[in-house]
Amino acid sequence: MSDDAKTLDVWVAGTEEPELAPTDEGAQEISIDESGRRLDEQFGRVVEDDYVFDDDTDEDERMILNMGPQHPSTHGVLRLQIELEGEIIRRTKPIIGYLHTGMEKTGEQLNFSQGGTNVTRMDYLAPLHNELAYSLAVERLLGIEVPPRAAAIRVLLTELNRCSSHLVALATNGMDIGAISMMIYGFREREQILAFFEKTTGLRMNHNFIRPGGVAADLPPGWKDDVAAVIEELPRRLGQYDDLLENNPIWVARTKGVGVISAEEAIAYGITGPALRSAGVDWDLRKAFPYSGIEQYEFEVPVGEHGDVYDRYRIRVEEIKQSLSIVEQVMDTIPKGDYRVDDRKVTPPPRARIDESMEALIHHFKLFTEGYKVPAGETYVAVESPRGELGCYLVSDGGARPYRMHTRAPSFSNLQALPIAMADSLMADTVATIASLDPVMGDVDR
Amino acid sequence: MATTAPGNLLMTTIDKAARWARTRSMFPASFGLACCAIEMMATGAAHYDLGRFGMEVFRASPRQSDLMVVAGRVSQKMAPVLRQVYDQMPDPKWVISMGACASTGGMFNNYALVQGVDQVVPVDIYVPGCPPGPQSLMHGILTLHDKIMKGEIAS
Amino acid sequence: MTDETGAVETEEAVEVAERPLPDNEVLRGLFEPFEDVGWEDSRGQDVARVPNERWLVFATAAKDAGFEMCVDVTAVDWMRQRPDRFEVVANLLSMQHRLRLRMITTAPRQEPTVASLVPVWPGVNFPEREAYDMFGVVFDGHPDLTRILMPDEWEGHPLRKDFGVGTVPVQFKESHKVS
Repeated sequence: MSDDAKTLDVWVAGTEEPELAPTDEGAQEISIDESGRRLDEQFGRVVEDDYVFDDDTDEDERMILNMGPQHPSTHGVLRLQIELEGEIIRRTKPIIGYLHTGMEKTGEQLNFSQGGTNVTRMDYLAPLHNELAYSLAVERLLGIEVPPRAAAIRVLLTELNRCSSHLVALATNGMDIGAISMMIYGFREREQILAFFEKTTGLRMNHNFIRPGGVAADLPPGWKDDVAAVIEELPRRLGQYDDLLENNPIWVARTKGVGVISAEEAIAYGITGPALRSAGVDWDLRKAFPYSGIEQYEFEVPVGEHGDVYDRYRIRVEEIKQSLSIVEQVMDTIPKGDYRVDDRKVTPPPRARIDESMEALIHHFKLFTEGYKVPAGETYVAVESPRGELGCYLVSDGGARPYRMHTRAPSFSNLQALPIAMADSLMADTVATIASLDPVMGDVDR
Repeated sequence: MATTAPGNLLMTTIDKAARWARTRSMFPASFGLACCAIEMMATGAAHYDLGRFGMEVFRASPRQSDLMVVAGRVSQKMAPVLRQVYDQMPDPKWVISMGACASTGGMFNNYALVQGVDQVVPVDIYVPGCPPGPQSLMHGILTLHDKIMKGEIAS
Repeated sequence: MTDETGAVETEEAVEVAERPLPDNEVLRGLFEPFEDVGWEDSRGQDVARVPNERWLVFATAAKDAGFEMCVDVTAVDWMRQRPDRFEVVANLLSMQHRLRLRMITTAPRQEPTVASLVPVWPGVNFPEREAYDMFGVVFDGHPDLTRILMPDEWEGHPLRKDFGVGTVPVQFKESHKVS
């Protein structure tokens, strides 16, 4: 306004009132906020952190933060590049490949009966599901059907595996969000199931028990007592988890409305499993394309509504209960019979017969050195693993080894939901979102 | 410096005390990669309690830890990260290579894995198994404690 | 091409007899307009053999026919066994009709290129990157075709048949005897 004389906007007593028009010279602009939000904040009517919700930050204020690959809360070696604007996440880019083991290449070097050892280490929290998908694919190419007892044993083991996998998911979910004792509870229950697995399959993890043709051995005597103990104990302990989590307002506040994925987004991005069901889509492969005789057992599929972290956690708890009900039905109705198919070209003869019969010896030799040949063809078989649709695409060229063995990994596709679920949310919700999607990096990278 | 008997006795006692202190509260850095990580978590859980050795806190930051348990398979992409985390740990530090994949590449003798983590970091104890059960890992950790107490492994 | 009526008739008769179509209503409706797409039954599963240049068109038609989700995209390296070296396989899933369909196309040895399905199903982003990383098949129209599993500076495509496994002979290292 004025050129030489600087007008002071201070009124000194005794002088005439200066013009109190606002100038642009270094003075702060007093602009009236139309929405009145700033005034409300100053008067304490509204409490908002205006740094977080300030709309006029520009591109320079964005920061790229690198999370992982070595990080306590990214389940395994997942690396996230997050573009942050204050506390709000604008973009995320998951970078994977830190656990790539070349399992598909190894699968081409091992023959069909050894393939289970390789496949079982992909999704290492649900190893029996990997083996099941692979075995079903091989059996489809071979054109053989497993006996009903073998199918029932497979259902028993995979449903117990679903329980143990969801227990780890709940444990890490709880620990990441802050309920650290959840870790101890989850693993405590899991020990009971793993003890049963050790008795039956010989190993606590990575069992290589479900093989093409059936299962590797029959259930041990006294298995019903062990399984009954699990069925009795676990629901009571689930009540303990409810005390810790469900009835905890902090847990509910941290998980409700966080990491939302809508049903359309989920279907477009190929997301399956609890993440898809939490969005309200009733899709479970055990009901849609049943396998291994699971259609004879009655169970429900829990479906969520909002697609947030809370719904996924709730679905996992309900799925444990439903799996236990299936296990109980299997225990009551398991048929007697063979635990593997009787075809001597595929199944090794019992060890005792090797001393007696020349034919048995030759079969055993051929099966364990060269392996059985599978007719040429290609097939895709999928099972419902705790993370979603776990599929095996198997191509055989008539030899003793797969020509191409590809696993459709559920966590690989579910990770594509991460940028969507995390967009425009707070940094602190990242951990909850990742934990709820439950990625297993062995599955993602193979 | 002084080789008189009282001086040596003092140093030996302090040395022993230092070794005793190091073994009694060794903080592991969480470097769980694959299936062995689950068994490592199970070792820290209630059934096979690592807390009785003062080790149940898995420090997230390598700068606050003494022990790195490499649990799982180390791929080519992960090897530089492993080395960087190892370098960030302050002395004295120890490395346990847990499982077959970390020790020798395991059943995956192919292009994607580093065949043995000792090609990247110096290893003190190898724990075999695929995955090694919590008892095996505990045995490995206690063997490390023994070796440190006896002075066989300095750092 | 207009021929004499007699020749056209025999062409048509031969075509109707030769081209097999699936039994399922939805699939039949999808396959019928596409005359160059062959239908196969592979161990009870429906497979569509699509020529390379019709990949995107057929995929869009499949999505309109009710295949809302593309479950997986992968590739197979046939080396010298087939005239076109690579096969690209897409597995589709229709939740409303409870159907699965597999689409297979081929890509030649030199500069294998296939149209990207990301505009149709955004969820094939990661699987296509993996197929590129492992096989070297280029997906035209993919928003971010970079290596996903191998380190960025890796050379070669590991799942090709002429890429060795990379077996390292066992090294016996000197170690102190454990007492």
